[in-house]
Amino acid sequence: MPETLPLECPRSKTDLFVSFTLLALQGFGGVLAIVQRELVEKKRWMTREQFLEEWAVAQIMPGPNVINLALMIGDRHFGLAGALVGVAGMLTAPLFVVLFLAWAFGTVSDAQWAQGALRGMGAVAAGLIAGTGLKLISALKSNPMRLPACVALGLGSFTGVALLRLPLVWVLLVTGCLGTGWAWLQLARQARQARQTQQDQESST
Amino acid sequence: MNTAIVMSAADWLTLLEHFVTLSLLAVGGAITTAPDMHRFLVDKVHWLTDEQFNASIALAQAAPGPNILFVAVMGWHIGLNAGLGAGGGWVTPLLMCLGVCITMLGIMVPSSVLTYTATRWAHQHRNHVGIRAFKAGMSPIVIGLLLSTAWILGTTPNQPAIHWPLYIASIIATLLVWRTRIHMLWLIMAGALLGGLGWL
Repeated sequence: MPETLPLECPRSKTDLFVSFTLLALQGFGGVLAIVQRELVEKKRWMTREQFLEEWAVAQIMPGPNVINLALMIGDRHFGLAGALVGVAGMLTAPLFVVLFLAWAFGTVSDAQWAQGALRGMGAVAAGLIAGTGLKLISALKSNPMRLPACVALGLGSFTGVALLRLPLVWVLLVTGCLGTGWAWLQLARQARQARQTQQDQESST
Repeated sequence: MNTAIVMSAADWLTLLEHFVTLSLLAVGGAITTAPDMHRFLVDKVHWLTDEQFNASIALAQAAPGPNILFVAVMGWHIGLNAGLGAGGGWVTPLLMCLGVCITMLGIMVPSSVLTYTATRWAHQHRNHVGIRAFKAGMSPIVIGLLLSTAWILGTTPNQPAIHWPLYIASIIATLLVWRTRIHMLWLIMAGALLGGLGWL
């Protein structure tokens, strides 16, 4: 993993627009999987840890999360104009593609092969998202909560949403409060320990 | 699968209003509000047929780009129906564009304004222990939600006796994305090809 290399950033608003357009056009069945690979692994605009954190915020806000992410990244680098450019890049070209497809599919929608292809793409799209999730697990190593708590929270939200099919809002409220609370305690403990060692060093010198 | 409807200016405004409301409720993506769109657009006001509703979602899933675009396809279908009701001809494409603009602006603008304001505030206070705790605490949950989305999408074809090849395809795609750097476009194309040939 080239994670030790320094981070880069978008060169201009045009770069931002083109990058997000290309990204969106490669994202079948949702853009998330490709966003992680392009922004973190190829372009190195952010680390895996930063991606997870930003994604958490994009996820918790109402609205399409990948659009929220584009808006946040654009704003971070170029302010309001960047936010608008990011969202426009994510939406404009795909909008024309999907409307073209809607028109084209209207003419072949009864054909067996068209429905089969749609099914096959759906199955692969599910795999892309699952693979991305598994890949991001390595970013949890630096999490202040440490592994057991992370596993419990991940499994808890999976059970609630995927297996029990509970409303997302409730699952997020419960697991989110538990996670934030526990992380807060751990961060406070780390800060206390850091102060303690600093004091020890000062008193020994 | 199309149906002719008559839309007044007030109806278009009602459509806008419906999507504006849903925009702020769409925590976890617009797809979570799809059941409510169905209740209103298909069952209550009959601006969309059931087939059009399902096709809108399936097409946006299969097309590249954010899933939110299923909303645009719905607006496009509503415009198409309204065009048929207005006698067709040159009015139809105009109404289809109107449908796309109204539904997309309605679903996008309120949530984006809120996200913009809130994330700016969070970024300015990013060193505050509460913000750091929130981000760290949410990280494993985000992974859980990703795996949930994959699970729900992957198990939608729900007859194992017939659909097991689809499950195998999902698992192979998972492993390839996790363990290799193969381009995702190849995987999607392979899925489309195998599915189109009737092997999945």
